[in-house]
Amino acid sequence: MNRFTLFLTAAAMTFGGPIAAQTVAITGGKVIVGDGSAPIEGGTVLIRNDRVVAAGSNVTIPADAQRIDATGKWVTPGIFAGFSRVGLVEVGAVRQTNDSNAGDSVFSAALDVQYAINPFASPIAVNRAAGVTRAVVSPSTGSSIFGGYGAVIDLGQDENPITRARAFQFVELGETGHRRAGGSRAAAHIHFRALLNEARTYARNPAAFDSDLLKASDAKALLPVINGQTKLLVHVESANDILKVLELRKDFPALKMVLVGVNEGWRVADHIAASGVPVLASALSDLPYGFEDLAATQSNIGRMKDAGVKVAIGMINDRDAHQLRYSVQYAGNLVALNKVPRATGLTWDEAFAAISSGPAEIMGMGAQLGSLKAGRKADVVIWTGDPLELSTQVEKVMIDGVVQTLSNRQQRLRDRYRNPTPGALPKAYDR
Amino acid sequence: MKFGALLAVVAGGMAVTGCAATAAERNTASASSASTKAAEPAKIAFPSTYRAYPSTPTAVTGVTIYDGEGGRIDNGTVFMSGGKINSVGGPDTAIPADVMILDGSGKYVTPGIIDVHSHLGDYPTPSVSAHSDGNEATSPVTPQVWAEHSVWPQDPGFSRAMANGGITSLQILPGSANLFGGRSATLKNVPARTVQAMKFPGAPYGMKMACGENPKRVYGSRSRLPSTRMGNLALNRQTWIDAQAYRDKLDDAKPPKRDLGKETLVGVLDGEILVHNHCYRADELAQIIDMSKEFGYKVTAFHHAVESYKIADILAEEGICSAIWADWWGFKMEAYDAIPENAALLQQAGACVIIHSDDENQIQRLNQEAAKAQADGRAMGIEISDAEVIKWITYNPAKAMGIEEMTGSLMPGKMADMVLWNGDPLSVYSRPEKVWIDGALMFDSNDPKRRPVSDFELGQPGEGDVK
Repeated sequence: MNRFTLFLTAAAMTFGGPIAAQTVAITGGKVIVGDGSAPIEGGTVLIRNDRVVAAGSNVTIPADAQRIDATGKWVTPGIFAGFSRVGLVEVGAVRQTNDSNAGDSVFSAALDVQYAINPFASPIAVNRAAGVTRAVVSPSTGSSIFGGYGAVIDLGQDENPITRARAFQFVELGETGHRRAGGSRAAAHIHFRALLNEARTYARNPAAFDSDLLKASDAKALLPVINGQTKLLVHVESANDILKVLELRKDFPALKMVLVGVNEGWRVADHIAASGVPVLASALSDLPYGFEDLAATQSNIGRMKDAGVKVAIGMINDRDAHQLRYSVQYAGNLVALNKVPRATGLTWDEAFAAISSGPAEIMGMGAQLGSLKAGRKADVVIWTGDPLELSTQVEKVMIDGVVQTLSNRQQRLRDRYRNPTPGALPKAYDR
Repeated sequence: MKFGALLAVVAGGMAVTGCAATAAERNTASASSASTKAAEPAKIAFPSTYRAYPSTPTAVTGVTIYDGEGGRIDNGTVFMSGGKINSVGGPDTAIPADVMILDGSGKYVTPGIIDVHSHLGDYPTPSVSAHSDGNEATSPVTPQVWAEHSVWPQDPGFSRAMANGGITSLQILPGSANLFGGRSATLKNVPARTVQAMKFPGAPYGMKMACGENPKRVYGSRSRLPSTRMGNLALNRQTWIDAQAYRDKLDDAKPPKRDLGKETLVGVLDGEILVHNHCYRADELAQIIDMSKEFGYKVTAFHHAVESYKIADILAEEGICSAIWADWWGFKMEAYDAIPENAALLQQAGACVIIHSDDENQIQRLNQEAAKAQADGRAMGIEISDAEVIKWITYNPAKAMGIEEMTGSLMPGKMADMVLWNGDPLSVYSRPEKVWIDGALMFDSNDPKRRPVSDFELGQPGEGDVK
């Protein structure tokens, strides 16, 4: 582990870190605040330590500020992946490196991803280099409809990835919930209600708790869900399943739900909007993957947005451990829909917000993360051009005000094989 | 979403797709399959019944043209008639007086997009187990199966691929559970009642092979050969040895009884069936190349070849295409060294690049996947022109499928398979506006009547939606 420690020390020395007060002004770029507002040409982003001080066109730059010239570039908040499994998986099919679910565990709701997230996993580095700075990280489900606690993380190169541990509980209440609960949606719903009621029983007298359904640890984990202290992310796709999930709030009124997936959301968008429940939706689903997705369309997010639903992009079960870098492409595709007759997309400003401030706000962290408004964590990306366009590259990434390395093993492989023919020595000596 | 469900990631062993394709450079225009010498082969089994749909002579003017073979014409004109490309040129291109003229200013045309690796129809949506028809995972050697016998023409994915991706031709492959997965089906992307009515007339067959993790996992988990990579190669070689012996007997006075699997293998040995070989790792690609030389056949394309960049020089020298994703990685061990610069490094080395999907979602945006691969090349200093990048999803896949004399580029006399894009096809903001197949307008984003709806989606929520 010596080499590892050395690396960390070197990184800290190189990039400063939040020890010494430091002011940075990124000037001349096209500034995207990320809250859905219009771009600001020739704007300035002023950062002090780990926070944004100001972003706009009339920002006074202190004399001692370090300046970064971003003329001709775009400056945005970092991409916030609204739903992922990043950091839980190194190689998907290599079981030992895959901590996304625990199908053989006796625990469910009490499982907590904060102990599994590996900040040094290569998917963290690869997606960081693509401008992804924060992510919702969810467990998937194993033996129960409940998967456990998820977290919000940063993708920084340091050893502390957790922004908020136990940020939410995850539950499956669509086709997967049906399977996990024993083979029907009825089972999933009674399962859900019974487990929450057991948790209430636990709360009344933890010492006497003895349940056939639930371990004490899991009961304890569900308590903050019932009383609304912890959000509940619910994976659901079909219109009917969405309605049935929203009805659960009659019996559990304090639940702070967020719907995830929601491929048929547009069909019941008025109901979702009226409920005030926000949505982390798949962006480009447009096929009947299952019978719960019959009405899937790429216009789903745009239509929900138009109906008044608070919606952002999350990519559940869509290469969500490795390819958060698709977020920008997906957002761009929603903009593309504006040129397609009868389709409903997002404006560019809305689309960018759907991968920055939108997920932050839905997770209840909009005052801290997701935009370049004053006081937000300084997660900043400088791009060669329009960040949603396919030809654009990332030039610089800051997380919590710290400039990040963009190096990762994909880049190292690329450089080794720039010329594939070995030289005087085998390729293994090229580093 | 159920993305990636098809890809050979799952531990279950059955749900393995992905593929392997190796096909020789030979272009056989013949529709008949292998084994012309076989005992009593059917002349043409399951013949194509595809006929071009009615077309109107049409010219698109003032448009930016990527011809699919690396050419670009600004302010160009394309004229189609009789289902064929009639002429392609600049603004002075002659157009007959009485034809339909579409103003293409601000728009782009490309040849119809071609996906060399799809499982539409044999792993259709909805992805229920009753639809799992891509892997005959009961034996590692199944050259006797034909993908067309699994293709469900009502798969809604075909119409999405057309409307959102401009796909006009595609190769449906068996999955990658088996070393020898079976024959491929090359289709015109037209809705039809039968797969025969989709079959690309005159296209040669392909044969799917797979190396690496999938076959050894699927059969090793049942304590069967192969359970290792060396087992993969041993069984591969023995199969070729047996195929050669069968072929040698075909000229005997009393030829052997027809053997469906051997007919396919002999077709490969005779150069009539193109090999599409699913294979990820560079060291394994090299092994497969040597095996092909041992038995005298040629690999046309390595599919999913995420490590091609490590031996780009060898692949260029051998003339083998790499059919690859722009940036998939990490879903299994043999995909761990994938890098997004794979395509650019291959192109730089002079090797053949094809961007493929293996996916019902990304087949809807192969143009975007190609653009990403181009951008990743540019970031490391490799400049590849837009027109050349379009070749990765048009002419090059056509060549690997043996149909490049008929489609894949906008050359006079070729099939009028063409897409009119509402903007630069390498931009995230562009989509197909119109899609023609053999000159027939099969999709028009401005006309809800020109948006095919499969039987499965008829009467369902969202029927005929923009999707």
